[in-house]
Amino acid sequence: MLRDITLGQYYPVDSVIHRLDPRTKLAGTFVFLVSLFVTKSIYGYVLATVFLAAVIMMSRVPVKFITKGLKAIVVLLIISVSFNIFLTEGTPIFTLGPLKATWEGLQTAGFMGIRLIYLVVGSSILTLTTTPNQLTGGLEKSMGFLRKIKVPVHEIAMMMSIALRFIPILVEETDKIMKAQTARGADFETGGLVKKAKAMIPLLVPLFISAFRRASDLAMAMEARCYHGGAGRTKMKPLKYHKRDFIAYVILLLYLAAMIVIKK
Amino acid sequence: MIEARNLTHIYNEGTAMESCAFTDISFTINKGEFIGLIGHTGSGKSTLIQHLNGLMRPTAGTVYFEGEDIFADKYDLRALRGKVGMVFQYPEYQLFDETVLLDVMFGPLNMGLSKDEARERALSALRLSGLSEDKFESSPFELSGGQKRRAAIAGVLSMEPEVLILDEPAAGLDPGGRNEILELVANLRKERNITIILVSHSMDDVAKYADRIMVLNKGRLAFFDEPRAVFSHVEELEEMGLAAPQMTYLAQKLNKAGISVDPAISTVEEAKAEILKAFNVK
Ligand SMILES: Nc1ncnc2c1ncn2[C@@H]1O[C@H](COP(=O)(O)OP(=O)(O)OP(=O)(O)O)[C@@H](O)[C@H]1O
Ligand SMILES: [Mg+2]
Repeated sequence: MLRDITLGQYYPVDSVIHRLDPRTKLAGTFVFLVSLFVTKSIYGYVLATVFLAAVIMMSRVPVKFITKGLKAIVVLLIISVSFNIFLTEGTPIFTLGPLKATWEGLQTAGFMGIRLIYLVVGSSILTLTTTPNQLTGGLEKSMGFLRKIKVPVHEIAMMMSIALRFIPILVEETDKIMKAQTARGADFETGGLVKKAKAMIPLLVPLFISAFRRASDLAMAMEARCYHGGAGRTKMKPLKYHKRDFIAYVILLLYLAAMIVIKK
Repeated sequence: MIEARNLTHIYNEGTAMESCAFTDISFTINKGEFIGLIGHTGSGKSTLIQHLNGLMRPTAGTVYFEGEDIFADKYDLRALRGKVGMVFQYPEYQLFDETVLLDVMFGPLNMGLSKDEARERALSALRLSGLSEDKFESSPFELSGGQKRRAAIAGVLSMEPEVLILDEPAAGLDPGGRNEILELVANLRKERNITIILVSHSMDDVAKYADRIMVLNKGRLAFFDEPRAVFSHVEELEEMGLAAPQMTYLAQKLNKAGISVDPAISTVEEAKAEILKAFNVK
């Protein structure tokens, strides 16, 4: 029932993108997201589309699987797009009561929508092709310099990797509890807002209890294995750049440069 | 009463994580029967039973309840769930309400019964479950593991289902607790003539209670027959990572040692009778 949430999920196939160093992918995602906000021209969006499509193709993750993640932001998308269409000043297309749709609004709304979609797709590619462990390993390493100003990088990375690891577990747990309550005649779908909110209680209470139980079990298990934070901790598989990473960085730089050039 | 026809379920169809839980399973379960469902871990038991009350949709095939296709468009699945009760593995994790009694009333209330009726049913289900009366008004989270399990089972019993499906109801309990839960299930059938489908890992438990045993192996229905018939396939069962009941092994050993007993016995009572017979004790 809830398996549509792809954010934070890993898609296990072997591809060039999967094999890239997580730091490269982090940088790539960052550059891509920034580039979306740099550009204001159609050509910029065309280039971004080509770039994204190429990466998706190389990642060998089915498009159907990636777009499933968009379901989660449909509401947000509709709201922000309609706000833009109706609240931007300019040449009117039609009026709807006190609301006035404008050409300029339509244009901004279009770009805005594309931006949002690409944002979500771009970041899902990162998580779909990188295991949570690699991802936090990459983050920890790239942000290592912050340790000099006393930012607990390792601890943050550890918390993040645990959080990411827990998303699918909690989704699964939710699914289980939902089924168990459905078997007892609970109804999560029909009814008004109040009824729906009330129907969530039999789901949320057991879910929270189990989340806390899992968290405390995990803490116990980590302590039992002498976990004591980042100091002196070594990696079983230290991150290492390969040739493909340098190629990826060059492509990224070229892409970013092109985006800046056709900014207007 | 329940009939499965060519059921197939594939998880995550069309993605890289595609995995087939079971293929082409057909069977018929009659009213009042006690069915034991057994299989190695991952053989598809939990997935299969969730199709029988419409919690999961099959990839292919369908399920008939009293002659009606439960996956047909107009079929009232909620009403079905009142008739086919399901106790999940570790059901204690679904408790949520302030008191045990309120929690057990959740099912009947969802079925549209009045508060008083729901209360009546909840009380009778709780008594049947063997939980002591002084716990009815306490918070479900203050109970011990075994007590929680009883409360959760009562939560399904209070809907007074005609068919009760239990997924390893005795998992994680001590031997005493195991027997009590299984006796409770056996009693239910005697007292209320409920059809029971019991999923279990233990051949000994299943042998003791079931009229017929369904064996799943790697997503296929390997056997569906009376215990004696199933246990005559000791070698095949072992190949599936299962074992015959201990008494069946005992019978084999006795036969090898030259004491001739029925090789298909499966429970302690049968073994006792056979051995006494073999030694001519009256
Ligand atoms: N949510 C899921 N997504 C994908 N595959 C699943 C899912 N649940 C189960 N499976 C797969 O389906 C198969 C059958 O699982 P199922 O839980 O039905 O087995 P089981 O017989 O109940 O096992 P156990 O005795 O361990 O409870 C397994 O191979 C499992 O990997
Ligand atoms: Mg199971």
